[in-house]
Amino acid sequence: MLSHLISLAPLAELSQTTGKLGGGTTDQLTWARQLQALSLIIHIPLVCFGIAFPAIVLFMEGLYLRTGDLLYKRIAKRWSKVIILFFAIGVVTGTILSFEFGILWPNFMATFGDVFGLAFGLEGLAFFIEGIFVAIYVYGWERLPKKVHFLSGVPMAIAGIFGATMIISVNGWMNNPVGFDVVQGVIVDINPWRALFNDYFWHEVAHMYLAGYMVAGFLTASVYAVAWLKGERSRYVRTAMIVPLAFAALAAPVQVIVGDWAGREVAKIQPVKLAAMEGLGTTTKGAPFTVGGYYSHSDNRVKGGVEIPKLLSLLAFHDPNATVEGLDSVAPVDRPGPVNTVRYSFHVMVAIGTLLALLGAWLIGTWWRRRRLPGSKWFYRAVAVSGVLAVIALEAGWIVTEVGRQPWIAYDVMRVSDAVTHAGGIGWLLLAAVVVYACLISMAVWLLRRLAADPEHLKEDEVSTIAGGEA
Amino acid sequence: MEHVALALMLLGVTFYAVLGGADFGAGFWDLTAGSARSGAEMRGVIERAMGPVWEANHVWLIFVLVVCWTAFPSFFGSMMSSLWVPMAIAMLGIILRGAAFALRGQARTVNEARALGATFALSSLIVPFALGTVVGAIASGRVAYGNAVTDTWSVFLNPFSIYVGVLTVALGAYTAAIFLIGDSARMGKGVIAAAFRRRALAAGGVAGLLAIAGLPIAHSEARYLYDGLTSGMGLVCVIVSALAGLATLAMVTRGVLQWPRLTAAVAVGAITAGWGFAQSPYMLPPGPANSTLTIDAAAGAEATLIALTGGIAFALIFLVPSLAWLFKLTLKGELEPPVHDYEGLAAGEEQGGSQK
Repeated sequence: MLSHLISLAPLAELSQTTGKLGGGTTDQLTWARQLQALSLIIHIPLVCFGIAFPAIVLFMEGLYLRTGDLLYKRIAKRWSKVIILFFAIGVVTGTILSFEFGILWPNFMATFGDVFGLAFGLEGLAFFIEGIFVAIYVYGWERLPKKVHFLSGVPMAIAGIFGATMIISVNGWMNNPVGFDVVQGVIVDINPWRALFNDYFWHEVAHMYLAGYMVAGFLTASVYAVAWLKGERSRYVRTAMIVPLAFAALAAPVQVIVGDWAGREVAKIQPVKLAAMEGLGTTTKGAPFTVGGYYSHSDNRVKGGVEIPKLLSLLAFHDPNATVEGLDSVAPVDRPGPVNTVRYSFHVMVAIGTLLALLGAWLIGTWWRRRRLPGSKWFYRAVAVSGVLAVIALEAGWIVTEVGRQPWIAYDVMRVSDAVTHAGGIGWLLLAAVVVYACLISMAVWLLRRLAADPEHLKEDEVSTIAGGEA
Repeated sequence: MEHVALALMLLGVTFYAVLGGADFGAGFWDLTAGSARSGAEMRGVIERAMGPVWEANHVWLIFVLVVCWTAFPSFFGSMMSSLWVPMAIAMLGIILRGAAFALRGQARTVNEARALGATFALSSLIVPFALGTVVGAIASGRVAYGNAVTDTWSVFLNPFSIYVGVLTVALGAYTAAIFLIGDSARMGKGVIAAAFRRRALAAGGVAGLLAIAGLPIAHSEARYLYDGLTSGMGLVCVIVSALAGLATLAMVTRGVLQWPRLTAAVAVGAITAGWGFAQSPYMLPPGPANSTLTIDAAAGAEATLIALTGGIAFALIFLVPSLAWLFKLTLKGELEPPVHDYEGLAAGEEQGGSQK
């Protein structure tokens, strides 16, 4: 009897909550998860363009303003069409996400809306400003004075970065929920600024910022690299390839360093996520990094992989003998279920990230020593696939961090299963969304192919420049 | 501070109702513009008018959602979970609409333009209708506090919610017609401007009749709201709205081109303000759901409300001049995207073969 009176609940449970509207009904959980994941997967490449593409286009326009060479202007104008297309699709897919937060996770929003909402408010304002200046920039090419037009692109670039930063702040908060206390399941003492500038903010923002340049840069460059490989060797194609490629090539090697930083933060603050990334079943001193194989839930370890001794401890703590926490440091119900998903995604991201860093180094090295692009056809082939690879790495990275975050929607505080809606029929919504996204993607592809087929570089009003011998 | 946040939210709803509503309404006129041949010129005008500003318009919706979940999180969670079906319909409609509009300019054949145009126009009807039913459900006290406690279908498929949905579509069409009079006149398309004037008068008549019909419907289906709209500040707003509506119709009849935009905006804005006053002090008023939630109880943390309001005030320093510049450039015609040649498309099609 006395032992019952004095037994305390585990400390972790005291700081958890099932939320303001009550949790627990989970029959819609799978549908809700998949719908949310689908929407995020579609939205995130557009975010990269929002972060990086305006700066790349402005750079191109800057080249035009400095040299007067109409080629730069033509490329910048053409890319402006992509800015507005991707912004429009980004706004639309972002709006879907706002709706989904409420439709799918009403208890999460009800419980924590005033904790992390400030960042969303600032993000909304940023995108509003971005929308205004995208319209002015894209539709004002021939109408506004040259310098005014260029300057109108600057708020567009800044707002894009700022807006993305605010959203990433929210994701950082989900992984590192700070800025409040939990007292008997109730959220109190809310400090929205602390929540916004959580401990994950800096490395997540840095990592995504560089990822933005890698995706936008490599993807844009790859389009022209394909044209190059098909025999289109004009100055137009070369220029349109080099400029975005330069941005990406500079970002990719730095991303390796930032990735290392991110990994070490995760090791410190979300050790169970790191354990899932590696498939480390038990807490280990001097833990190895296992390449390949698969994680077996029943045996709680990776089978069939190649173990590189001490490497995980080295990567996670820069100390080969550091102790790395394993999955069994918490109860099974507190671990991410799909460990292999997290593991393989992590492998993919690191592998591609390394390859892209090498590609970047190849370009930078050759340019430094020989003041030209590498001559080898393999270089262009690499650039041609670098865009798609960068997108795959992007998605893989987000899968690592979001699936690795499970089962928490606010890490160690609220579970996804308590956040989900109690309404039925979410499966139908997922189906409808799949159909609509399929339409959206095919429309976008159709439009991009139309734009590509449009012989922009043979436009009538620029015939004189062509006659001047540039095409 | 929660009342400031609520006022900001309602202001956002007003801007969305006017500007987004006009945007959706333009889709209605696009749908009813006529055959590919006869409606081509009007469709061209509509697209030219919408082009530069439609993204900025729809950011209001996100603004409203974000302020809602930040300042009134439990209201947001209760409302979204109970009303997920119309919200999801609106969500999917917005996707399709945005895509169709962005792509329509690239159509090379009449059939392509027609397919995209139909998608655009139909979603322009469905989205405001769905959002209207959401407003109607909240205002008539049919949403309960909690995680999807209310019945999924009856919450928005009931006479009052449907009525508000239809009214929203009508108001959008009306506002759009008013705006398009001014836009087509600015483009020098006098015949189209006259066509929109006729449409504005017709839509105004329909909207007015619907608004009047609202009183008996609200009396039976949304009693608390009815009481709020027929007394105090709610009544003041109703009167202001009616007067502004009449002023708009008078000016349109007399051929005034640009001022009716303002009075139409005031008419719509007064309705949303009236809704807010009529429903206070509740976010979820008394009604069939037998579950209420006051503004004070729904309000989020004070620190957050202050930070949010401060952030908005700060952002307005940049936003207002930027928006003013955008509208100025648009109204001066300095920002129009190239007109897509719908007439040429239709003519080319008739001559047998697609235009390239």
